[in-house]
Amino acid sequence: MTAFRMPSLGADMDEGTLTEWLKQPGDNLKRGDIIAVVETQKGAIEIEVFHDGVLETIHVKTGTRVPVGQVLATIRTAKEPESIQAVVPQPAPKPPVIIPEAPGLKVTPAARIRARERGVDIQSISPGQDGIIGLKELEGLSQPAQSRSGHGINLDEMRKAIAAAMARSKREIPHYYVGSIIDMTAMVEWLATENARRAVADRILAAVPIIKACALGLKQVPELNGHFLNDHLMRIAEVKLGIGIAMRGGGLIAPALSIPDTLSLAQTMQQLSDLVARVRGGRLRSSELTNATATLSNLGDGSADMVLPVIYPPQVAIIGVGQIEDRPWVVNGALAVRKLATFTVAGDHRANDGRSAARFLRYLAEIFQKPETL
Amino acid sequence: MSSQRKLTYRDAVREAIQDAMRRDVRVFLMGEDVGRYGGAYGCSKGLLAEFGEERIRDTPLAEAGFTGAGIGAALGGMRPIVEIMTVNFSLLALDQIVNTAATIRHMSGGQFSVPLVIRMATGAGRQLAAQHSHSLENWYAHVPGIKVIAPATVPDARGMLWTALQDPDPVIIFEHATLYNDEGEIASEGDLSMPIEGAAIRRPGTDCSIITYGGSLKKAIRAAEELQGENISCEVIDLRVLRPLDAKSILASVEKTHRALVVDEGWRTGSLAAEVSALIMEGAFFSLDVPVARECSAEVPIPYARHLETAATPQVAGIVTAVHGLLRQ
Amino acid sequence: MNPSASKKIHLTREHCTKLLRVMKLIRRFEERCAELYGEQKIRGFLHLYIGEEAVAVGVMEALTPEDAVVATYREHGHALARGLHAHEVMAEMYGKATGSSRGRGGSMHIFNAEQRFYGGNAIVGGGLPMAVGLALADKMSGRVRVTCCFFGEGAAAEGEFHESLNLAALWKLPMLFICENNGYAMGTALVRSESEIDMCRHAQSYRIPAASVDGMDVVAVEVAARQAAQAVRNGEGPQFLEMRTYRFRAHSMFDPELYRDKAEVEKWKERGPIKRFREWLLSTGTLHETDIAAIETSVADEVENAVQFAENSPWEPEADLLRDVVTPALQGATS
Repeated sequence: MTAFRMPSLGADMDEGTLTEWLKQPGDNLKRGDIIAVVETQKGAIEIEVFHDGVLETIHVKTGTRVPVGQVLATIRTAKEPESIQAVVPQPAPKPPVIIPEAPGLKVTPAARIRARERGVDIQSISPGQDGIIGLKELEGLSQPAQSRSGHGINLDEMRKAIAAAMARSKREIPHYYVGSIIDMTAMVEWLATENARRAVADRILAAVPIIKACALGLKQVPELNGHFLNDHLMRIAEVKLGIGIAMRGGGLIAPALSIPDTLSLAQTMQQLSDLVARVRGGRLRSSELTNATATLSNLGDGSADMVLPVIYPPQVAIIGVGQIEDRPWVVNGALAVRKLATFTVAGDHRANDGRSAARFLRYLAEIFQKPETL
Repeated sequence: MSSQRKLTYRDAVREAIQDAMRRDVRVFLMGEDVGRYGGAYGCSKGLLAEFGEERIRDTPLAEAGFTGAGIGAALGGMRPIVEIMTVNFSLLALDQIVNTAATIRHMSGGQFSVPLVIRMATGAGRQLAAQHSHSLENWYAHVPGIKVIAPATVPDARGMLWTALQDPDPVIIFEHATLYNDEGEIASEGDLSMPIEGAAIRRPGTDCSIITYGGSLKKAIRAAEELQGENISCEVIDLRVLRPLDAKSILASVEKTHRALVVDEGWRTGSLAAEVSALIMEGAFFSLDVPVARECSAEVPIPYARHLETAATPQVAGIVTAVHGLLRQ
Repeated sequence: MNPSASKKIHLTREHCTKLLRVMKLIRRFEERCAELYGEQKIRGFLHLYIGEEAVAVGVMEALTPEDAVVATYREHGHALARGLHAHEVMAEMYGKATGSSRGRGGSMHIFNAEQRFYGGNAIVGGGLPMAVGLALADKMSGRVRVTCCFFGEGAAAEGEFHESLNLAALWKLPMLFICENNGYAMGTALVRSESEIDMCRHAQSYRIPAASVDGMDVVAVEVAARQAAQAVRNGEGPQFLEMRTYRFRAHSMFDPELYRDKAEVEKWKERGPIKRFREWLLSTGTLHETDIAAIETSVADEVENAVQFAENSPWEPEADLLRDVVTPALQGATS
């Protein structure tokens, strides 16, 4: 038995409609006989059989639209032709997809490389009148000095750069400040339970849920997450949260941690540890220093209750967190002792305002009551 | 100690044809008015008397016909030079060039090669208006299977033809019409042949790379001289070969200077300059201090009136301004 | 020029067997291609020569191995009649590395350097200027050989046809122009596309001697072609033959033939070249039924072997994609 299939009649033919059978089951077929008529985009075409035989069964009714290659009928032939396997060539492997980095300052490629070569933080360089940091703007910078830490990052240069950035921030950015006291009791208790189940090495620091919560909050209030350049806010889809980390030998630096929604707390903890280790070891990548979309300044335990931080340009917000302390609070109309922390948001009034900050803080307050959702 | 002699670009072309025909009996010149008239641009003056009608062959006005005949003659063992009067008329022969000359080697699985040379005049600048002023080098440089060259100096006009005739594949030579009268120097003796591979640094520099070809070369050099007076050092690269492009030389220059301007008399959209720009982006992105600039013809059919033709095409002033832009001045 | 009053060709049993066999080979090959196309083994466009076999077969008899042949996209029959093996042509149809063009050309671009078979051209009229050039090279080099150029009557509307005839006549080139007039340029009948439908008059307007031949009669074709080729070899300049023929199939596979009557097709089939020649051979006793059956079996085997060869042949590796765009030795330059 041979299958008689809908033939391909042209390079652009995918299917045809069988409009008429010219032979019936039981009919003898000779090579070249027209067996049916097929309607195509171009018109009706007669289709032929290529072998002698007898038409056994018709599988497709008239009026049916049939794709090329589908069986239309079965023919009983005198000699069964052998099926031949064609060798299909392997498709070439697809080239890898390259995901572009999120846009930051307008820095020319040549300038980035020269800045790295000189150990200069590009954010500390003032752009030219056209808003661009190019080779011209790097002219006159000294050659890299001996680094105090002895590793890749030059601390002196770094401090100079931070100083320059902070000065510029206060000069150019109209800061406003909004704060909220948030009940962290649920979060602290949940974390303790979580950590009890884990090995010591896998335990999650209190900073981690705070980082994750901030990242989610920034997604909710996107006008806090981006860069202000050329007189307008460029919102950025991804959250790359600058984490303030203290360095040995003094100095505070805020490299970015990329936090997609899907990152679990455990993974966030791992990445944070890695980042801190690399800061201490002087092995940061320059991109980590330059592309934060917002910053978190978490002073941690035993420090102060409230922080009013300074925004790192060209970011448009910075979040401050004071220490978590037992304090009197009102719960269900009665006094209670709760673990409270003061969260503050400093925002760039050119890009966002108090309502944005307030929304962000309210989101944080709500999510810390449901820490298991982090 | 080699002595030099002066001659015009036109004379260099004529000598190149004459020299090739003397050295190889298979070479012949075929085209409109190449014989009795001496060539529309005078490039074959006197050659009919020396070589006769068979080898300096006047054709009827049948670009597709005689270009295809050139293909067939090359297949049949000759080394024809087909002269299409200008790139503007070559449009009538595009079918033969693109569908036959460029494809036969590939379509035949390597069985046949077409050792054909086609010469064409090209470009604007003589108020010949829209149908006689095209720069379509990029159309030809787009097509795999052919080589495209643009001699912009007298030594190249004298020397590239012989090398092109040795090539087993089709070579198209573009001669910018404003070059014919220009004078230059070549060696008085010795092998004058020039390669048909590789760009040439006509003027070394450090502040920016000006990349150009054909009739725009002299404008680029004049602009570079002017800019030198402002202490701006421009490196001027003559592409010489438009397909295949000498990416290595282009990228090496941009890596050194960090800034690139491409000067191309073709219209900006889809220009050869766009191809060079993409090449630089792909190969030297991290060396760039400024986006690659292009100085091309404006989006208008070339006008007749002089001041408009000048405004429509790349000029020295525009090149100077573009370089200032590269330096963010 | 009167084809029937030419020098006689010897219609020996051997010669007739050859003529019939090649026509049948072409017919069987083309039919098999149609089937394979439906099965998507052959792709792109497929233009079948069924019904026109006598023209290629008869004309090739007039050519020597040194002559050159330029054909069109409907050239499988010409390739086989010229001496290309069914194997390499079928493999080329499949796109395999063993094809005549290593699979790079396909149905419309069959080439063979050894047989001086210069394709295969998908542009109507596109091969004529190239044929002019081949003949020009021969003339300039003092070689006595014929460039035979096949084209359809549809080419007469193209500028390149006119430019080529003019050049051939003007330069007195050794060319044999074979116009295969099958009445239709794709879907357009000749009377709807030409103000002058007499092809010979087109040639004569360029002062090229021309004659019209019954293209369904392989003997008439051979006689006319020999005579015209001899005139070319004698240095009389280009010659033009119009072959009145008919294709029994559509222009290409994907053609519902809305432009012509079925009755017309059937009428031409009655006068089909293989049918007529076969009847004549039997009636004159030149060949017997058994001879013809043997030819049919032999031809069927040859075609099947070609199909098997194509099926089992390898594909060219993708890594070789950029091969043969330009000649290798100089492929060192960047970009």
